[in-house]
Amino acid sequence: MSYTKTAKALHWLMAALLFGLLGIGFYMHDLPLSPEKLQLYSWHKWAGVTAFLLVAFRLFWRLAHRPPALPASMPKRMQFAAHAGHLLLYVLMIAIPLSGWLMSSAKGFQTVYFGVLPIPDMLDKNKEIGDLLALVHKSLNLLFVAVLAGHIGAALKHHFIDKDDILTRMLPKH
Amino acid sequence: MKKILFALALATSFSAQAVEYTQVQPDKSAIHFTYKQMGVAVDGQFRKFTSQLNFDPAKPSAAKATFEVELASVDTGAPEGDQEVAGKPWFNTRAFPIAKFVSGTVKPLGGNKVEVAGQLTIKGKTQDVVVPATFTPQGNSGVFDGSFTIRRADFSIGEGSWAKFDIVANDVLIKFRITANSK
Repeated sequence: MSYTKTAKALHWLMAALLFGLLGIGFYMHDLPLSPEKLQLYSWHKWAGVTAFLLVAFRLFWRLAHRPPALPASMPKRMQFAAHAGHLLLYVLMIAIPLSGWLMSSAKGFQTVYFGVLPIPDMLDKNKEIGDLLALVHKSLNLLFVAVLAGHIGAALKHHFIDKDDILTRMLPKH
Repeated sequence: MKKILFALALATSFSAQAVEYTQVQPDKSAIHFTYKQMGVAVDGQFRKFTSQLNFDPAKPSAAKATFEVELASVDTGAPEGDQEVAGKPWFNTRAFPIAKFVSGTVKPLGGNKVEVAGQLTIKGKTQDVVVPATFTPQGNSGVFDGSFTIRRADFSIGEGSWAKFDIVANDVLIKFRITANSK
């Protein structure tokens, strides 16, 4: 049993997008102010909105299409850990763009998708709330990196140690 | 006696008519601006400015206004932006600490509206600007509201790597509210 083509496409598209977002995000915030920095911030926000739209679609897709079952050889507690890990990934994929959007509003910089579509501000400008949300955004991302490391580590362990099809069934040509 | 009273009443009512607003109230006055950064409108303001104003609603075309804005008092909406715009590519506040507006002809537009032609000097560059303003009497004071757009490139604001308009747009909207008391 393999994932649907759509599920695979969404998985790898989001993988590429999220790695890009993480890379830009950790790189840009220490830069001195420059046109490049402002450009990176805008790109990061646009990519973040895109990631949010993709994960929303992905969730609907997943609700309508059950993923293939985990191998029966997996112990129950490991199956539970896998489901919990995936749930946490979804929660973070939704919470991180939301926290970034709210942070932008609180810092007084509205998110304008691709520079043309303004996304309404849910918060007024407020320095304390902006700084707090920056901390929330950063902490959620550090947690995301840790859960991602577990996700990738688990996939490699399944492939190389357990020698099951957990990794390959998510690959494009399988 | 009646005649004297009448004359007195007339004189008082006349002097009440000839109100001239001259005492600018800094705590009830503000100069804000809005600029666009990759399509995102960001609001800022200047916290410190001084002004001289003479405005008689009965003789609007005789009105005069001078504003001196302390550019270092800028709030760009982001702390690191405040430091950046003080530097040479932007305001270069060390060499040009003050932006100045001096009114020229004032054209009454009917109602409470006037159009003030004047000269705006920022960073050693002077440009003619036309500033529409609305006057609203509020008890003892008068409130002037208005906005106009300048192009930052006309004043060399944002040079070098900032000179292109794809990141920070050329147009900057200036909005003001000036409250002045009559003497």
